[in-house]
Amino acid sequence: MSLTLPARSYLTEDGRLRSWLLSTDHKRIGLLYLGTTTAFFFLGGAAAALVRLQLIEPDGAIVSPETYNRLFTMHGVIMVWFFLVPVVPAALGNFILPLMLGARDLAFPRLNLLSWYLFVFGGLLSLSALAAGGVDTGWTFYTPLTSDYAKGHIVLVTAGIFIAGFSTIATGVNFIITIHRLRAPGLTLYRLPLFVWSLYATSVIFVLATPVLAITLVLLAFETIFHVGVFDPNLGGDPLLFQHLFWFYSHPAVYIMILPGLGIVSEIIPVFSRRPIFGYKFVAWSSVAISVIGFLVWGHHMFVAGTSVYAAIVFSMLSYLVAVPSAIKVFNWLGTLHKGSIRFDAPMLYALGFIGLFTIGGLTGLFLAALASDVHLTQTYFVVAHFHYIMVGAMVSALFAGLHYWWPKITGRMYPEVWGRLAALLIFFGFNLTFFPQFILGFQGMPRRYATYPAHFQVLNVLSSAGATILAAAYLLPLGYFAWSLARGERAPANPWGALGLEWQVPSPPPVENFRETPTVTGSPYAYPPMEDGVQDAADG
Amino acid sequence: MTPPAMVSPDMAPLGMAPLGVPQASTVAPEVDALIGALLAISLAVLALVFGLLLTYVVRYRAGSDAFRGDLAAKTWRVEIAWTAATLLVFFGLFVWGADLYARLFEPPSATLNINVVGKQWMWKIEHPGGQREINALHVPVGRPVRLVLTSEDVIHDFSIPAFRLKHDVVPGRYLSIWFQADRIGDYPFFCTQFCGTDHAAMRGAVHVMSQPDYARWLDGQPASRSLVRQGQTLFMRFGCSGCHQAGNGLASSTVHAPSLNGIYGRPVALADGSTVIADDRYLHDSMTDPNSQVVAGYAPVMPTFAHVASEAEILDLIAYIRSLSQGG
Amino acid sequence: MAETGIQYESPSHEAETAQAGMWLFLASEFLFFGGLFLVWTIYRVTLPDGFAAASRHTNIVIGAVNTVLLLVSGACLSAGLPAVQSGNGRMFRRILSGALVIALLFLALKGLEWHEDLNEHLFPAAHFALSERGAGLFFCFYFVATFLHGAHMVAGIVLLLWLLRRARSEPVASLRMPAESVTLYWAFVDLIWIVLFPLIYLSGRV
Ligand code: HEA
Ligand code: HEA
Ligand code: HEC
Ligand code: CUA
Ligand SMILES: [Cu+2]
Repeated sequence: MSLTLPARSYLTEDGRLRSWLLSTDHKRIGLLYLGTTTAFFFLGGAAAALVRLQLIEPDGAIVSPETYNRLFTMHGVIMVWFFLVPVVPAALGNFILPLMLGARDLAFPRLNLLSWYLFVFGGLLSLSALAAGGVDTGWTFYTPLTSDYAKGHIVLVTAGIFIAGFSTIATGVNFIITIHRLRAPGLTLYRLPLFVWSLYATSVIFVLATPVLAITLVLLAFETIFHVGVFDPNLGGDPLLFQHLFWFYSHPAVYIMILPGLGIVSEIIPVFSRRPIFGYKFVAWSSVAISVIGFLVWGHHMFVAGTSVYAAIVFSMLSYLVAVPSAIKVFNWLGTLHKGSIRFDAPMLYALGFIGLFTIGGLTGLFLAALASDVHLTQTYFVVAHFHYIMVGAMVSALFAGLHYWWPKITGRMYPEVWGRLAALLIFFGFNLTFFPQFILGFQGMPRRYATYPAHFQVLNVLSSAGATILAAAYLLPLGYFAWSLARGERAPANPWGALGLEWQVPSPPPVENFRETPTVTGSPYAYPPMEDGVQDAADG
Repeated sequence: MTPPAMVSPDMAPLGMAPLGVPQASTVAPEVDALIGALLAISLAVLALVFGLLLTYVVRYRAGSDAFRGDLAAKTWRVEIAWTAATLLVFFGLFVWGADLYARLFEPPSATLNINVVGKQWMWKIEHPGGQREINALHVPVGRPVRLVLTSEDVIHDFSIPAFRLKHDVVPGRYLSIWFQADRIGDYPFFCTQFCGTDHAAMRGAVHVMSQPDYARWLDGQPASRSLVRQGQTLFMRFGCSGCHQAGNGLASSTVHAPSLNGIYGRPVALADGSTVIADDRYLHDSMTDPNSQVVAGYAPVMPTFAHVASEAEILDLIAYIRSLSQGG
Repeated sequence: MAETGIQYESPSHEAETAQAGMWLFLASEFLFFGGLFLVWTIYRVTLPDGFAAASRHTNIVIGAVNTVLLLVSGACLSAGLPAVQSGNGRMFRRILSGALVIALLFLALKGLEWHEDLNEHLFPAAHFALSERGAGLFFCFYFVATFLHGAHMVAGIVLLLWLLRRARSEPVASLRMPAESVTLYWAFVDLIWIVLFPLIYLSGRV
């Protein structure tokens, strides 16, 4: 591997703050997103830390019930809308997508910058509401509680989410059009990297589901201010209508929060196994299937809400159907490992952890999709454990997998490998300790969103809080060593992993215009030769 | 309120209590069987996934000399095979869950009906004989009980883990669940739909008693009158009797209003040409929102009682109107 | 905008891409308004009397005039496209100005209508004039929908101004794609109004 340092890169081009804040370069905007979403992650994490602190004691008196309710609402709102929904698409995706396509930028660079500003503005609006006392509604804003009974700055919070929603719509439009219009010559449908497929599927949800959330929030705000009865049964409204509208967005949104991760893992497994991805077309189309079928299953959040039995049965069946493409992915990853030549660099460790945690999270989703068992488990900690396994265990691992994998490309520096592996193991351990006990708590009937609880649930709660402490420390590690590597890390070559994607053919960090000449693609990004021995550089930039 | 223990020590532990949660209703073992099957399948899948993962990772680690040639050429057969297998297992689980769910919510014909009204942040419970309790529910063992759920304000959820049962409690609606407790003892119940500040305090206990004990308990409650009698009183107090004929009393005013004798369960022709069955929900809405469904041939002059009568009082009135149909 | 972005091969590549973006954006917008229409329809069915009664309090004269205005402005813009193709800048600028004036007229009339509505206490808050159940909901949807539609009109007007400015300084033939995109957007705004008009003005009158 040659160690050629780019004379000018997007990082060094113009270092003034102004030039960063007004940049239309997708790479810089990606980093802006990375910075802001990281800040939101630690804010949401701080709220989670207080939640876990309170739950150590059954009659926890760290915070009042009222404050507790505000805390988990803030935690959910921040983590979903201001961290997990945008983080992979808008931060990593923004950076990598054009590079993967052999493009010099996204289709609409100024729209891209605008969407970052919208995101920040929306985030600040919601944050200001949360800082000024917050709301105690849960991230689901069920009516009539939210519209007619809850106190707090509901309109402000929903306004922030509304605006951030439009920022994701802008990102979605940008990605879809870019993928259609700006591919390098020769980059045909089935030569596209799987991360691109998954970003495409994600963007479809951004564009088609988010507007429904937006209009729902408008009506919710109107109802909250003027009490006209849109969702209030006392005035002729239907409270379940809100739930239908909310979940019509929010179920697809959970796939927004996993599809990009599935894409990242599909990138990393072949590279570190030195094997072509097994069943490329199945992995690719399963992303599309998840995104499409995902629009039809929202009712599985309402199995005990009072909808008809028939509706529940249909939604249950569709929920099982939407799980099939996920299963296909897991099996194909295993097929890729088979007869590979596997290395255990940090990205791969995170990716392997992802497979395990995603499978556990997904399988517990099946408990919730089977109607009769959901009746017992819904609204308990079982659900909390289910979604944290997928969103925190799996998706945050995928985020770290991607960050470690592309860190050399993004910064031109290597992260310290030992620390990377250590953090991966620690996160895996801390995570399981935090959330596995919650499955048991859920089966035992401990309701979620409880500031205090019966004493016989205490032991498992203490375990969970202990795990959260380890997890918090483990999450601080990458923050530390990534920062360290920025200044001290070893210089990264253009292609440290010997990977085939187009992004590895440009210098690390890439020049402003990405590609001096538009590359021509002649083969699959996963055409790693089957190997009998050792590591070999399949491609050199 | 002291939270009851999951398994009270003086109770003979009949049946099973997986993870310490007793199976105290007839459906509990069935739900546990489903969850057990899900668990078994999940463990099998996990064993497969983790097993293969670890095996491959060890065998095919870089530098190992495991044989790597002879790769399968036709992958789509494998793909079809595992997709089909997954579909098959999923379909089985879906059918199992759906079938049990349908049975879970279909009450047998003769049930003991108990009203449950959720209110920020307590549960008000009314027995047919007029006994009222708060955050506690006494029921006889071995008899099907139907809970009629409604709320005075926001959505709550009535959850009894030991019965493997829960349902949302929605304002403006009568939803119901039923169960047959088959194990004497005290079991906690919870509000499991977030309903505001003291959501976590909205809990209590179901006391499953032997039938004689239950009868004794009913007798020992402060002498209150049955829901029907209370409804009758309210019917006078709210002035319903001024317009409506009910029982033998004739309406005292000249307002032209339908007689309420015998209407429960019968079809009612409405002014807009449609017909509805006069069930609990209809009677409820007739009082809270009289103009939404006007009876054919009458003027919409009935005032709303939405903010006059509480949900509990409306339930009493309904009990009274219902009694007018029972040959009385 | 005059310069082609570095990611594009040619100005036409860029322009066609922008237009594709507009289509996709409108698909998203469609679901935004679609959600509103869905909820509106559901309540119209469950509370027909209140909706009909409330609808009779709207000003159908202004509504009808506004419908005509919008249709004419849309027709104008479509008629402007051949002028762009044939490079007739003067003609195109005139047509744009015409559409602009009509759009402003629409907004002025809408403002007048709102003013009247507020005077008649038709805003569903304190002192709401109607007592029928559902009337408040109708006016909730009325104000939300007309506000959102109006906001889209304002955005459209900004686009028209931007196009007009470019038509002054550049040869119009190069404006084909932006002109088509703006026309497309305007057609969407028209379309929303075509759905709104019967929902607002006709549901209580026929
Ligand atoms: C990224 C987020 C994410 C993802 C990907 C999923 C994925 C799934 N979820 Fe989850 N879910 C949430 C986030 C997510 N969920 C959240 C946040 C909530 C709660 C919201 C709230 O109330 O606050 C929730 C709640 C929730 C409920 C409602 C629970 C309730 O409130 O009562 C249900 C019910 O059906 C459900 C089901 C599923 C299913 C079937 C999947 C499937 O897509 C999973 C598919 C994956 C697998 C199944 C694993 C891989 C498969 C195999 C390895 C093969 C297995 C083979 C055999 C068994 C043969 N989820
Ligand atoms: C989407 C992403 C996401 C993520 C990443 C997390 C991360 C975590 N979550 Fe959360 N969670 C949700 C989404 C998420 N959660 C949602 C949607 C809900 C439902 C909300 C609702 O019911 O409305 C929920 C609810 C929820 C509950 C249930 C509350 C209740 O029902 O009463 C709990 C309880 O344990 C919990 C715990 C945690 C923990 C321990 C983490 C940990 O992984 C977090 C670890 C990270 C840290 C701890 C940060 C480390 C740093 C510091 C501590 C330093 C802080 C310092 C500074 C401010 C500088 N979460
Ligand atoms: C001012 C007179 C008036 C009073 C007081 C009044 N009602 Fe009515 N009620 C009517 C009229 C008139 C109708 C028929 C038109 C309609 O459906 O609104 C009616 C309809 C009903 C119906 C539907 C009957 C059917 O045949 O389907 C019920 C049930 C009812 N009232 C119950 C009550 C109860 C309970 C009260 C007291 C809490 C009450 N009403 C008080 C005038 C009155
Ligand atoms: Cu009532 Cu929660
Ligand atoms: Cu879902």
